[in-house]
This record gives sequence, C-alpha cells and structure tokens, in this order.
Amino acid sequence: MKVYYKTLKDLPREELFAPGHRMCAGCGAAIAMRWITKVVGPNAVIANATGCVEVTTTPYPETAWMHPYIHVAFENSAAVASGVEAAIKTLRRKGLWDAGDTKVVVIAGDGGTYDIGLQSLSGMLERRHGVLYILYDNEAYMNTGIQRSGSTPKYAWTTTTPVGAAVRGKIQWKKDIVGIVMAHRVPYAATASISHILDMANKIKTALEYTTEGPTFLHIFAPCVPGWRYPENKTVEVARLAVETGYFPLYEWDHGKLRLNPPSNSHIDKTKRKPLKEFLKLQGRFAHLTEEEIAELEKELDAYWQYLAKLQTL
Amino acid sequence: MQIQKTRKIEALTSNYAVAYAVKAADVDVIAVYPITPQTTIVEKLSEFVANGELNAELIHVESEHSALSAVVGASAAGARVFTATSSQGLELAHEVLHIASGMRLPIVMAVPTRAVSAPISIHNDYGDVMNARDVGWVIYIAASAQEVYDTVIQAYRLAERALLPVIVAYDGFLMSHTVEPVELNDEEEVRKFLPRTPRPYTLNPRRPVTMGPLTSPDWYYEFKYQQVLALQEAYKIAKDVDAEYSRAFGRGYGVVEAYRMEDADYAIVTYGGTAYGNAKAAADLARERGIAAGVVRIRLYRPFPTADVLKAISGVKALAVLDRAIMFGGPAEGPLYRDLATAMYMSGLDKPAVNVIHGIGQRTMYVEDLYKIYTMLREGPRKEAVFMGVRI
Repeated sequence: MKVYYKTLKDLPREELFAPGHRMCAGCGAAIAMRWITKVVGPNAVIANATGCVEVTTTPYPETAWMHPYIHVAFENSAAVASGVEAAIKTLRRKGLWDAGDTKVVVIAGDGGTYDIGLQSLSGMLERRHGVLYILYDNEAYMNTGIQRSGSTPKYAWTTTTPVGAAVRGKIQWKKDIVGIVMAHRVPYAATASISHILDMANKIKTALEYTTEGPTFLHIFAPCVPGWRYPENKTVEVARLAVETGYFPLYEWDHGKLRLNPPSNSHIDKTKRKPLKEFLKLQGRFAHLTEEEIAELEKELDAYWQYLAKLQTL
Repeated sequence: MQIQKTRKIEALTSNYAVAYAVKAADVDVIAVYPITPQTTIVEKLSEFVANGELNAELIHVESEHSALSAVVGASAAGARVFTATSSQGLELAHEVLHIASGMRLPIVMAVPTRAVSAPISIHNDYGDVMNARDVGWVIYIAASAQEVYDTVIQAYRLAERALLPVIVAYDGFLMSHTVEPVELNDEEEVRKFLPRTPRPYTLNPRRPVTMGPLTSPDWYYEFKYQQVLALQEAYKIAKDVDAEYSRAFGRGYGVVEAYRMEDADYAIVTYGGTAYGNAKAAADLARERGIAAGVVRIRLYRPFPTADVLKAISGVKALAVLDRAIMFGGPAEGPLYRDLATAMYMSGLDKPAVNVIHGIGQRTMYVEDLYKIYTMLREGPRKEAVFMGVRI
C-alpha cells in the first residue's frame, strides 16, 4: 500500500456519492460507497452488479451517482467492466475518447462475487483487464432479504439458514475469496474495513493506480443493520470489532507479497486480539450460539491466522 | 454516394464474410467465445487483429454470457462492437439479450444458426434464433454469403440509427462453412457509409449518466413501450438502409424477397439460405410441370415485415409456410407460421395456409420434397402441420 493519506485531513473533500439514495440507516455499504467514490475521483466509470447498492442508488429517474455508471445484471459486472475497459483502450488509440485517463471500477456485493459472479470475475482477472474490482461484503444476499451466500459465516442465521432443532444456521464455512483472487496472480489484492477509513482510502488509491499493470481487487467489510440484527448506530463499532477480534484481518497482497496492516499486523499473537465473542455478541444473527459453537469458530479462526502467518513468510 | 469502381471478389464462407464485414466496419471491440458453427468467425477476426489489419480490442471471454455482457459494456462506453454465437451460446446469453435491447445499445451479433439441446446436435436449424425472436432485437436472416456480408454492414447503420441491437442470422454449416464468391466493398467506402455519429448517451466522465437503473411500476412500462416504438420505426429504417446501401454498393435485397411471385397461384414462404435455394429450385420444377409456383423469403424477421409479406402473397390461392424450428405446444409449431397467420388474421387476408416443418437438426431437404408442397397445396386446404421427412 502506498500512503497517499496520512491523516484524516488529507482525505478528499469532494463528495461524489449524492445524498438521497435509499440505503438503510447505518448501512455499511453506504459508508464504503462514499469513500470509494471520493478516492476514485471523478474520472472513472463505475460498473455495478445487481445488489443492495444498485437498487438503492438508482431509483429512476433519480441517481446517487455522479460518475458514469452502468448496471447490467447480477453475475456479469466483471465482464461488463472488461468491455468498458477495452472500449476506452481502443477509442483512445483511435482518438475517439475525449476524457483522458479514465479508470474502470467494479462494485459488487458478496453474492455477485463469491457466487453467481465468480466466473466472470475469474475471466476478467485471467485476461488482466486494467480494472479495480471492489467487493463490499455484507455476508449474505441482503437485497432479497437476508439469504445465505458463499460469504456467510458458519452458524450465522439467515432466512435460508434458519436456526432450528436439527440445523443451527449456516452449515459451511465462509469461502476464501481473496485466496481465489490471489491465485490469479493479480498485481494487488487487499482487504479493508469501513471502520478503518485511512487504511481503506489508501488501499483504494493504491489498487486504482496499480490497474495500469492489470486487475486489482479490494475486499471491503461492510456490516448490514437488518441482516446482522444490530442497532443502526453500531455499524462502525461492529466493523471495528471484526478487525480487532481478528474475524476480519486487514492485509494486502502486493506483487506476490502478503503483508498484514495495522492493527491486524499484531494479531498473529492471539493475545493481542480481542475475544471473538465481543464481535459476535453484538449481532442477532449469532444470538443462538452456544459456548461450544463459539469455541469451534475460534478454533477455525486460529487456523486461519496460522495460514495467514505462513503466507506472510512467502 | 457513388457506386465503387473497383470490385474485389473473394471465395468466402458466410462466417468469413461476417469477419470481412466487421473489419470493413472498423469495429472497436469484439468479444467472443468459440462455439460450433460460429467459431471460424472469431478465428478469422483473431487473425485480422493479430495481423494488425483490424484496430480493435478482441476480448477472449470465458462464456457467451460474458461475451454479450462485455459488448454491452463496450457499446455503452461508445465503442462500435461485435459478437457472434450459436445455439447453446445464444441460450446462455439470453438474459443479456433483453438487457442489450432494453438499454438501446447498437450491438451487432452474427448467429450462424444451430439446433438446440437436448439431444445435442451441432447441426443446423433455426431453433436457437427463434428463441430470441421476441427480445427487442432486430433480426435479419440472410440467404447467401454475399448477403451476409452486405447485411452485417447494413446492420451497423440500422443499429446506430435506431439505437437497437441487431442479429444477423444465417444457416449454420450449410452457409457458415460453405464457400461462395463474395464481392467485397472498398473499406474506405464502407467507412463513409458508416460514419461515426456520437450517441446521445455513453459512459463518459465528461458527461456522466446512469445506465441500467432500477425502475418502479411508475416507469418500467414506458421503457418497454419505447422499445415497441423503436422496433416499429426500425422497419422503415431497415428499408431506407437497404436502399441507401443499394445506391452505394449496387446490391440490395429489400426486407422480403419474392421469386416468381408475379403470377403465382401457390407460394412457399420461408427463411434462410438452404430453404430459399431449394424452394426456388422447387418452384422452377413446379412451373415446368404446370404449377404456377413462387417463393417468398423473409429477410427481415424482426420487426416482422407484415405489409411487405402480405403484399407478396396477396395474389396466391394457397400458401405453405416452411419453418426450420419447432416452438413446442403452441397453436401451430412453426414460429414463422404463427407470425404470418397472425398478420393475415389482423389484416383480414384469408388464405389457405399450411405449416410445414422441415430441415430440423439439419435433416436433408430435397428439392423434390419442396416440390411436393406445391402439389399438396393444389390438392386443397389442410389444417394440421406437416412434419416433412420425420420418421413416425
């Protein structure tokens, strides 16, 4: 990560995400969109997958987007962005593009990335389009009303993984999406949280600059008030606890080198992490968890940290 | 525009004819995934790009769904785009067909047609493109490699004027892989015929717009009605474009082609290259044997050229509608038959008409079979569809 912003005062002032959208009070994705648009700057095209952000920001004839923006379908935002990037490249070559060095940015949720959109994401990464792909992760299909996705954590309650006598929430573990992206040998992939704005802003800017070399990927943790069942004034607190408990580590994969970023860089030592329970207890989706289940989640989290520690030595 | 002086004739398959037309049109972005029998189009285009003969970005996508998605993105950004597919690929891309027309993007797509699974068949019929007939795209069905070449160029002019996507379909294998002489236009002349006219809305940071928004019940219907009007308008534009093309390059086809229809008592109405060629030969044979036979070919299938077809068949005693696709479970199985029956009913034209299904999965069609259709028509009215050549 290159440091473009050292303090909050360095962050861009210009607002490019208009008020008046229909996102929920306290929406984590809304916070992400505000900072993405600011840091990306005005000379960019946004390709958005179907999802919460799309339906809440483009209620015709209104729009929250001051960027040129395109939404096509759920599973193809990476393919659409591939086309936009290719078009700008050719039109510039032919002298038919009048907007200069225009960047292409994808914004997609976890459903459109982990699940239905994985194929088109993989195709875009393999072809090395100069596109920044931003995943905002609220760990379920929130747009259709809280159904499980490949990103939903184990034991989490959703409407399609209800808590019953026989089955207690989601059965499977969360998919390692950044690992999948890294396997495509992209120049840059990173995680970020809406609770750590400076880190997130610097990563957005870094990832955007690296698109001259190929595709870059950003995984932004974005809590969801109705889906995770916590009070709407707790969004940033939930996101911060996700980082501080080690549930969502902040790291970046920069040209084949994995680096943990503060505060996660001290979290390989488990004693430096807050107990996972502090993150879980704020949320209704984990309200049913027993001590044994929490212990199981903790054990899996420890294994994940060991994996990250190994990756860091590569 | 003047008719060009120098003429260049090449031996080309219809697929290669598409590639030459795309090159002449100075297309900016091509996204394709290989599928039989479309593949040789993308192979030829890859050659053109690799040799530097075509200044375009060729995106080797990972599926047909992404192919159409990528050209939607590229077209939205203001590029002139091309893609091609067949059969299962067109089915996979079907979702995006609706989006491309709903977003009013001037995309041109070639479809050498192929039967649809199951069972799997790589061979030709029109089952694929007929599944895409009601999605708001303009659809041409060409009948020779020359016409394929000319139609792709016409398609860009129509698409960019009507702000509609266009399919140029033709027989898979029977045309896509058959070599015919094709007269190529001077590429400079083609580029004069296809000037770069800025579109009102593209994805440009200097003039930001939101494309593909969410609509409530307050607005969706109006968008769809605009598409209805655009398709209606495209009928006239297609005729104008064909006339302009004819003036510029000396070749025109109209939206409907008629063969020996001036005094015909019995007509076969059909589409595509093989069916039209065989039907013309059958009409010649029938006339030798004393039947006043003729053929009408639908070249512009969407928007349906109602006025021109009805005019062409207005003098016949009876007609057969030859379909090379099966639309299961309808009041009649042939898609063209249903269109034509509707058109006749709506205009009050009451002609005995029989639906003949033929050439499914590239079952061989003989001229003698088509001749039999004329004798059948002469024998009297018949209501039920004829599945010609099927083993029962």
